Amino acid sequence: MENIIMARDLTFSYETGNEENKKKIVLNSLNIDLEEGKFIAIIGHNGSGKSTLAKHFNALLMPTEGDVYVNGMNTKDSAHVWDIRQTAGMVFQNPDNQLVATVVEEDVAFGPENLGIDPKEIRKRVDFALNAVDMFKYKDSAPHMLSGGQKQRIAIAGVIAMRPQCIILDEPTAMLDPMGRKEVINTIQRLNKENGITIILITHFMEEAVLADRVIVMDDGNIALDGTPKEVFKEVKKLKDLGLDVPQVTELAYKLKQEGIDIPTEILTVDEMVRFICQYK
Amino acid sequence: MSIQVENISFIYNEGTPFESEALKDVSFTIEDNEFVGIIGHTGSGKSTLIQHLNGLLKPTSGRITINGIDITSTKNLKNIRREVGIVFQYPEHQLFEETIYKDIAFGPSNLGLPDDEIKMRVFEAMKTVGLDVSMKDMSPFELSGGERRRVAIAGVLSMMPKILILDEPTAGLDPRGRDEILGKIKEIHEKYEMTTILVSHSMEDIAKLVNKIIVMHEGKVSLIGTPREVFKNVEKLEQMGLGVPQITYLMRDLRKNGIELPDDILTVDEAKRCILEYLRGVRDA
Repeated sequence: MENIIMARDLTFSYETGNEENKKKIVLNSLNIDLEEGKFIAIIGHNGSGKSTLAKHFNALLMPTEGDVYVNGMNTKDSAHVWDIRQTAGMVFQNPDNQLVATVVEEDVAFGPENLGIDPKEIRKRVDFALNAVDMFKYKDSAPHMLSGGQKQRIAIAGVIAMRPQCIILDEPTAMLDPMGRKEVINTIQRLNKENGITIILITHFMEEAVLADRVIVMDDGNIALDGTPKEVFKEVKKLKDLGLDVPQVTELAYKLKQEGIDIPTEILTVDEMVRFICQYK
Repeated sequence: MSIQVENISFIYNEGTPFESEALKDVSFTIEDNEFVGIIGHTGSGKSTLIQHLNGLLKPTSGRITINGIDITSTKNLKNIRREVGIVFQYPEHQLFEETIYKDIAFGPSNLGLPDDEIKMRVFEAMKTVGLDVSMKDMSPFELSGGERRRVAIAGVLSMMPKILILDEPTAGLDPRGRDEILGKIKEIHEKYEMTTILVSHSMEDIAKLVNKIIVMHEGKVSLIGTPREVFKNVEKLEQMGLGVPQITYLMRDLRKNGIELPDDILTVDEAKRCILEYLRGVRDA
């Protein structure tokens, strides 16, 4: 499979103005290949560099050293900025900061309109995008009347209308209630599976990261762990030392193992745990 | 301090086309020194409810009594606001002073307290939330998100409230930041015997901390009881767009598969104990 995003010796640093500690290194010489069509989760504590990394993936930030390629285009090449942003769309944490229009369908049309696309084509794209996030029946609603989860799905529809190959979501569920969280996560899983859109999800919720094909753990600008959810979450102690967490059932498996129970430490879901315990019935 | 809420209703924009009833005949009692969790999905009336508890909103009908004083009929809400401290969502957005010290001192300064009393309160509040006193002259904007949130909480604590209400204090924090803040809230609750009310979307956090849960749904109190009582209602909570801690789901699914385990398990350690017991029982049988 092709790599949609590649980082080569990517370093990002800035001057702090602080005498003792002049340079703050946020990303430390990272090499990352992200495959097209995958669902990738990035986790790490606040300040670990997750968001800074994500902002390099659609040319919102430029590397201090090294390079980032999106579909083979170097993000430093200013001629490609708009192509890159169209390839990799971004959704942020606060839905209220991302909606610009007073009617849902106009909000979704905002991006394609700015590209100067033919109105008939815009109509098609808007309908497709609203259906993709299951919000078509709200097309004439006012965004401020929607719930948080619905607003976030409109923000995602706005990105989909740009026909991206990849969507980067920076803590899209942090401000939502459990139902809103579920709505957004189901939507991005569906976009990944059915439409083949590459998903890069930054999150503090481990139950969300478990759903990904691959989990990258950031710590102080470095990659601390990188692998499938099973490979990453069995490192219970390491994750806790990094200020992170594991799903409750994974923690339970870890603790049962410490008590001498012969249990695989790569249990991530309730079903897997149920299957394990039931075999002793 | 105790709180009695009796039959309160609240209508936003009454008499306009945008009229909406946010609270419908809500009643409950919170005893002195209780630790109460309020859960409910967005729009269920949680935030409207807590704004009633220090008189920021007045109910359209019904009565709220705090420590025997009816706050719905009194005009003098100054004392109530001093005694009921609310930490709103994303409170760090409300920091505005040049230094941490000045920001935390803002409330007590407005009470007209002497300088040494203010200083004592600020330092005490900083220590309570786990901020080193040596940081007092730093700008709040030099801090991390979790630290800034602690400054905002310290600002409310410096008013020495008797009741502390926190609206989603861990939203947006990483797991460690979340555990630190919750640990501090628990300490404050115990040390100052403060009546504490926590609004949260995290069922795991609620299960770990509180002794009573109030579940809000469509402006009404839908369930009320201890976490063990409330989290037994898995189906009902799911219908309301809520859930239970993952570990509670596990125990339910195990029971569905015919394994006899208690139905009121809320934490990983409790689950570990009873699963160990079960597995060892099977082995020895």
